[in-house]
Amino acid sequence: MWSFVLKRAGATFVTLVAASVLIFAFIHLVPGDPIYVLLGDTATPEQVDLVRHKLGLDEPIVLQYLQWAGKALTGDLGQSIFFQAPVLSVIADGAETSLLLATITMVWVVLIGVPIGMVAAMRQGSWVDQTLSGIAMLMASVPTFWVGLYLILIFAAWLGWLPSSGYPSIFESGGLGNLRYLLLPSLTLAAPNAALILRLTRASMLDVSREDYVRTARAKGIRPRQVVRRHILRNALLAVVSAFGFTFAALISEAVVTETVFALPGIGRLVVQSILRRDYPVIQGIILVIVVLYLAINLIVDLSYRLLDPRVELE
Amino acid sequence: MTRDRLHSWLAPFLGRPIALLGLAILVGMILAAIFASVLSPYDPRAIDPIIRLSPPNAAHWFGTDQFGRDTLSRVIYSSRMALLIGVGVVSFALLTGVPIGVFSALFPRLGHVLMRMVDVLMSFPALLLALGLIVVLGQSVANAIIAIGAVYLTTTTRITYGLTLRLRAETYVEAARSMGSGTAWVVVKHVLPNLISPLLVQASFVFAFAQLSAASLDFLGLGAPPDIPSWGNMLAESRTFITRAPWLLFFPGMMIVLTAFSLNLVGDALRDRLDPRFQEMFASRRRR
Repeated sequence: MWSFVLKRAGATFVTLVAASVLIFAFIHLVPGDPIYVLLGDTATPEQVDLVRHKLGLDEPIVLQYLQWAGKALTGDLGQSIFFQAPVLSVIADGAETSLLLATITMVWVVLIGVPIGMVAAMRQGSWVDQTLSGIAMLMASVPTFWVGLYLILIFAAWLGWLPSSGYPSIFESGGLGNLRYLLLPSLTLAAPNAALILRLTRASMLDVSREDYVRTARAKGIRPRQVVRRHILRNALLAVVSAFGFTFAALISEAVVTETVFALPGIGRLVVQSILRRDYPVIQGIILVIVVLYLAINLIVDLSYRLLDPRVELE
Repeated sequence: MTRDRLHSWLAPFLGRPIALLGLAILVGMILAAIFASVLSPYDPRAIDPIIRLSPPNAAHWFGTDQFGRDTLSRVIYSSRMALLIGVGVVSFALLTGVPIGVFSALFPRLGHVLMRMVDVLMSFPALLLALGLIVVLGQSVANAIIAIGAVYLTTTTRITYGLTLRLRAETYVEAARSMGSGTAWVVVKHVLPNLISPLLVQASFVFAFAQLSAASLDFLGLGAPPDIPSWGNMLAESRTFITRAPWLLFFPGMMIVLTAFSLNLVGDALRDRLDPRFQEMFASRRRR
């Protein structure tokens, strides 16, 4: 077990280092002198000289990377040009919205995807299965922003039941009631992801139901419901649960479009705004934070999967 | 084409009316893109402020937009962009992913390093990777194709790699090698022909998801330049008019759905005809 943990963590670390080199290179790959990329076009020559030296941009590139990585490890991701504030605090401001949106979306994904996927699998081949699978494929083929715009039209503009945009923090005024601002965005974001989990649950249940031990259980005369509950479901859900972590991590970046449609003050919208504002340090910081999150969640999922199912081997 | 060959091509779709429907929509889209100038009742760029935001009527079946441009004509012309994005992204993914995947499987020492590099690209969420590349490369249609193509390069490489590893272990490949066949011969004669069917499945799915990614980029204003008609651009432009003219967003959005849906159906139908050992590679096919 421990050698598995070490190997897996080591591989993640190597990937992270390689990814961080790419993310570091981002500032240098963007068209223009990196110093103006970092300071904005309005920087004065004195500022340029000062910062060039302070950030070590006159040093060899390898040294620059090490300095940048060292600072990133201590949480210093540089300064935002637009906000004139540390990048980390700018990102932290969007974290509440993004994490809440992803969490609520996950709740929908699990509540919709898993049970419906189970029903489809248990009625494999029937019209119920074909209809549900068809709907799932349709949901996976719909652009989220398009659904979001029509949800706004129906539930905000026409019916007036829910707010159409924005999200005031639950920690300031309004309390948990503010979660209603996230209802439409989370449903929008959940649709394609619930479809994917539905398909995965169905496929996983069908896979497991072909296993020898399921046939043995049936042959022993265990009631069909018991077979499904104790033998198929438990094993099938293992694969599904491991997909949850990955889905959650993916949601943070998939929310880019949804947050833009609903004008939510999250990290996703911040990416788009920063691209339009040419606020490159913020873009770089967000990419780094999300990649770290992505890799960390994947590592945790892999390790817990191994803990739950010792048959898993390192590939 | 002989009748037998036609039959074998259509075989995955026969007896599956819904897959046949997907194929029909796809063919319709290709025809619309080719004959756009003949099919469109109006010039897609012709402005007529007097009839702006008119609902669907006899003269303008899909209504007109905020500049009085005919929505039907714009929807038809936009299929060119959709086809270009789809073909472009699939070509990019295949032309990069297949050589890297085959090479890595045949030459494990360097191949291992290459596959680790693909893993690194995989650690970037799909949309974020595409956005980052757009920032570096600049905004244009070609760069949108490269940015989205890079996202699907990873999955294509992995699938090719996995398939080639399996094929390499097949008895007939071993037999060919033991009789002195060179690596190049093995690739051309045994590996590539066997990759065609699974890569066709992969191409269908990549085409489908490329449509959604491109629509997202266009919607964010970071994809095709706004003067080029595309379904995503149409949605981005008419977004603010949704309460006044809800039908405006319906048709372009529906086209994106139909295109992605039909390609997913085609991909599913093709996959079900694959060698069962290859099918599992497409279990979680969406790159995120």
